[in-house]
Amino acid sequence: MKSTTAIFAAVCIGALSAIGVAIAQDAETEKAIERYRQMLKEDPWSNPGLLDSDRGEALWKTPRGPKNVSLEQCDLGKGPGKVEGAFAELPRYFKDADRVMDVETRLLWCMEKLQGFNAADLVKRPHPGGGQPVKELGAIATWIANQSSGQKFAAKLDHPKEKEVVALGEDLFFRRSGPFDFSCATCHAAEGLRIRLQGLPYLADPKEARKVVGEWPAYRVSSTHVMTMQHRLYDCYWQMRMPELQMGSDASVALIAYLTKQATGGEIAAPGLKR
Amino acid sequence: MKKLPLAIVSVAVIAGSAALAQQKSTVPPGVADAAIKAAFPGAPEQFVPRLSQDETMKQCSASHNNPPKEVADAIQKREKATIEYPADGKFIGDWKKGEALAQNGYGMRFTDYPPARANGGNCYACHQITKQEVSYGTLGPSLYQYGKLRDFKEAEVKAVYEKIYNSHAALPCSNMPRFGTNKVLTIEQIKDAVALLMSPDSPANKD
Repeated sequence: MKSTTAIFAAVCIGALSAIGVAIAQDAETEKAIERYRQMLKEDPWSNPGLLDSDRGEALWKTPRGPKNVSLEQCDLGKGPGKVEGAFAELPRYFKDADRVMDVETRLLWCMEKLQGFNAADLVKRPHPGGGQPVKELGAIATWIANQSSGQKFAAKLDHPKEKEVVALGEDLFFRRSGPFDFSCATCHAAEGLRIRLQGLPYLADPKEARKVVGEWPAYRVSSTHVMTMQHRLYDCYWQMRMPELQMGSDASVALIAYLTKQATGGEIAAPGLKR
Repeated sequence: MKKLPLAIVSVAVIAGSAALAQQKSTVPPGVADAAIKAAFPGAPEQFVPRLSQDETMKQCSASHNNPPKEVADAIQKREKATIEYPADGKFIGDWKKGEALAQNGYGMRFTDYPPARANGGNCYACHQITKQEVSYGTLGPSLYQYGKLRDFKEAEVKAVYEKIYNSHAALPCSNMPRFGTNKVLTIEQIKDAVALLMSPDSPANKD
């Protein structure tokens, strides 16, 4: 029995030697990234995203906009000004807006209604270019997410409007379009796959969604800034050869609601750290 | 003893995924289309057609890329009819250009206009091809020694050309872009990609 196993193993090693070399190199790269993550975990204050989180807190509390008021009366779902744990229950249906909203869409609403900003201006260039810091709304969203860090995703998503939005999100996740026929599912609907050497999370599987969704907003080492979830989706659609996804659009909220639903019970560890 | 429950589990898994394939969306027709149109309000004119789906995209999306047989047959027939063949009847171009094409992911993103150079095929994003390139993706099958394993047969050369031109003609609801039909690559570029896989002197076919 043992010798059969040994021969089988030898045959496998021979046949797969070419793949073996690549896997060994991939494993090295993965290990190095994992070491980097571990070092950051041991010293949580080394995540540069926390600077943006602090900036976000200050922005939340500072009187701003044409009406010169702070966001401290903004209701994120748990009552005006209540921030701790609010992100863990988003997206949710807001009666005042008669819409389901994720954290960034809700901030757009509060900045328009409370502070008097023009929402159309806020969504014009809402995301930073490479090397630039996350914009103000994104910094505030990062702080709000951080205020739920350590908690688990617990959005109920049981209101009829919330259910509609989650179903739409799932539909959009599988919707193929553009000259490359891509959908979210092209890259995120199977386990253990990668683009080049970059691993891809299987987001249609709650087990994997629970592991990664809670890391957003995240500091991205490759672009040296915090990327919010709305920005992450915008970037996916860019890669899918689609036009520019509007921040706060129903489609963006629906996808975030679907992903959050998939991640229910997963821990929030925001801001996370990505390649 | 241990084998029996495993077999039962496998059957259950297969039955489960078959049921999933039949699952229809609960979203009323038109809602997703309207949401997509509204989500890209600033789309330049040349991008607007990208917001809509053709029949194949619709059928693949609705079935989560697992269409029932009659739908799959219809997709295959329709997509095969779109394939244009090289005027000179030759399918094999230059493997060196094919390798460059396989490495290059440029093209058709909203930051790629006006185009600065020809589009790439970005084959390595999803496929292993040569042994030398270790940074390859795994969304698609390995194509290492693709031609050698098929004895460089003429029929296989044509089949590769067709697969790259329109993957759905071979595998309905394939994840691979329809490079020829959707004008991502030119006929000459597709011939170069075919050469990378099917030329006996291509590094893809070396040990």
